[in-house]
Amino acid sequence: MTEAGFAQLAILGFVFFMLLNSAAIMVYVERKVSAKIQQRMGPTLVGPAGMLQPLADIIKLVMKENLRPKAADKILFALAPMISAATAFAAFAVVPFGAETTFFGLLDRPVPLGIADVNVAILWVFAVTSMGVYGIVLAGWSSNSKYSMLGALRASAQMISYELSYGMALAAVLVLAGSMSLREIVDTQAGTWLGFIPRWIVFLQPIGFFIFMTAGVAETNRAPFDFPEAEQELVAGYHTEYSSMSFAMFFMAEYINMVTVSAVATNLYLGGWHGPFLPVWLGWIWFMAKLSFLLFFYVWMRWTLPRYRYDQLMAFGWKFLLPLSVINLLLTAAGVLYFGA
Amino acid sequence: MGLNLILFYAFATLAVVTSLLVVAQSNPVHSVLLLIGSFVALAGLYVLLAAPFVAVIQIIVYAGAIMVLFLFVVMLLNAPQEDAVQAGIMESGATRALGALLALALVAELVWAVSRSGAAALGSAGEGRHSWSVTEIGVMIFQDYAFAFEATSILILVAMVGAVALAGRHLAEKKS
Repeated sequence: MTEAGFAQLAILGFVFFMLLNSAAIMVYVERKVSAKIQQRMGPTLVGPAGMLQPLADIIKLVMKENLRPKAADKILFALAPMISAATAFAAFAVVPFGAETTFFGLLDRPVPLGIADVNVAILWVFAVTSMGVYGIVLAGWSSNSKYSMLGALRASAQMISYELSYGMALAAVLVLAGSMSLREIVDTQAGTWLGFIPRWIVFLQPIGFFIFMTAGVAETNRAPFDFPEAEQELVAGYHTEYSSMSFAMFFMAEYINMVTVSAVATNLYLGGWHGPFLPVWLGWIWFMAKLSFLLFFYVWMRWTLPRYRYDQLMAFGWKFLLPLSVINLLLTAAGVLYFGA
Repeated sequence: MGLNLILFYAFATLAVVTSLLVVAQSNPVHSVLLLIGSFVALAGLYVLLAAPFVAVIQIIVYAGAIMVLFLFVVMLLNAPQEDAVQAGIMESGATRALGALLALALVAELVWAVSRSGAAALGSAGEGRHSWSVTEIGVMIFQDYAFAFEATSILILVAMVGAVALAGRHLAEKKS
């Protein structure tokens, strides 16, 4: 195998490992931040400051019995969590997270940090997230339980509705950047305006960023849009009947999807690995900082805002967010035409 | 045998097998899923033909959007099995013979069409042809074929209005 091929494989393994870890880290962050917000301590017993708590959780989940309801559809019941987890991982395949690097001179030729750089990257993320709906819908249907079914129906309605605004917000960025490759979009955001404002797309597309993040929260089924698993109404929604590792797969998929949405938002709107003070080869530090901020924002929002009512969610998606995203796209296109990109 | 050829046969087999199973299944939800599998396999074939844009659109539009609606409807009806075969229609020998005849005609047409366009068209597919970029496809759709594109969108709009009108009439009848 060539050296570049080996480096590519190493990056692939690294991303896989980090995504697995990110789920565990996010569980810890979620518990700690929610505890602080509610003036509690959070996990403290396992490891220093409770940092090994996710490990204990994983061991607990692995040791549990994998139950399956008698009336469940055997094949689909087993397949649903796999679809969820697989699509969550697959979406990250086209997300770059740093500039080219030689790994401190280890390689002769620099390799880009990111698994694949394809010219339809954004559409790939969009396609794979839309496939993720099947994991949830099938989980609800195959469990043969009313709570699961209601959760699944809500999930599909919600995800279909918010996908439209999500796509429109993406289209506005495409028009501005003139490319569908995430790496090229990030590279159009290098440098500054007037010497001190970074050329991040978020400054040109504040409404687009708002739409993207709102639709992203709805797509990942997080509070305040966590209707598919609204505990007070649906027990646990689509994964009511799941236990042990198949439940863990859904859980992991949710957190990985959060990481993916935040990473894509970082690349599209916040300039990816470009930022002041740091040389480009250390840009991944900027990337991690922006990503961490967005992820913290997700957690912060969950423990601050109450859940919407279901009809409010649908009305907000169709009557406010979608028209706003269309207007945003039209204005962006007109601006690009007028000012000549 | 090159990697491309192996992948081609893998995706082609997957597409054919899943498509056959779609009609061989009696559980509608399984049928819908197999159809999604078939669409994804087709998307794989498009990638091999150096058309990643078409492949991704195939997944977004067919496997993602349209099939979710299918699944939605099937799940809401919640029919564990398809309606039992209506006595008399399927069991008569004449309908079976007609079905077989139509299937044979379709196969014959396909064979005729493929053999007429020649093996050269099949052999060169994906090799030596340049990969269509999104920009090129955009220019084609919105400049060269703008009229056809807009005409299609009006067609879809008419279909949508028709569906709404039909559903609305049904609702109005219920209310009165």
